Amino acid sequence: MTRSIARATHVTLTTLEGVPGKEIIEHYGLVQGSTIRAKHVGKDILAGFKNIVGGELKAYTELLQESRKEAVNRMVMQAEELGANAVINIRFATSSVAPGAAELFAYGTAVKVR
Amino acid sequence: MEQIIIFLILLGVGYFLGNRREQKHYEDIKRREKSTLHVPLMSWGAKQELPYAHDAEMFVGSVVVANDYFKTVSASLRNLVGGRVTVYETLIDRGRREAMLRMKESAMEWGASQVINVRFETSNIGGQGQAAGAVEIMAYGTGIR
Repeated sequence: MTRSIARATHVTLTTLEGVPGKEIIEHYGLVQGSTIRAKHVGKDILAGFKNIVGGELKAYTELLQESRKEAVNRMVMQAEELGANAVINIRFATSSVAPGAAELFAYGTAVKVR
Repeated sequence: MEQIIIFLILLGVGYFLGNRREQKHYEDIKRREKSTLHVPLMSWGAKQELPYAHDAEMFVGSVVVANDYFKTVSASLRNLVGGRVTVYETLIDRGRREAMLRMKESAMEWGASQVINVRFETSNIGGQGQAAGAVEIMAYGTGIR
């Protein structure tokens, strides 16, 4: 996995209620990003074979990591539009909305820090 | 008759390969946990005063794990009488420690001195048929330096 989950951006992401060493000067409220991904049929068949021996399903891990990046990027884009330079208190949620499809959801609070 | 033979072969393959992979994975996890021991992980950090740091960044580690055939069968047998399902416990334990290590290692690459406010998320992503029983485990937290 790359160093950071988001693409190169000047927006700081934290799971804390602030950015250490900086002061919050403005709140912009909740920002969120989500994506729903379905599995690839080929990958599904391979994963079925993998289910005999168990262990990590690398194809799925990569698929979900990519999708989560997408969700985070959408959240960051929203924050940028509002003029924020940090998103704090980020949380993730995952739920399977239909057989074979998963929703990945990221949300946080957009703020301006100094 | 053929079906029984196929079932037994799958059971045997699942048992031997699954066990071997699990042992190897546990060895790998223990080795990596030892070598990353100097960077502490904390589950607090949201309600306290913010620690002093120059830089903060979020890190995520995730893994999708699935049961082997033998475990699936033994868990479904366990379902008949209820009680502790050890075969699933080890699977989830492996996954959670792996996810934690991935998060920690990417934070260490960045130069984190500690990772705070770590949260876990577990979800069943198995869809229809064979792939049922796949679980995604993710860990995320804020690295500071």
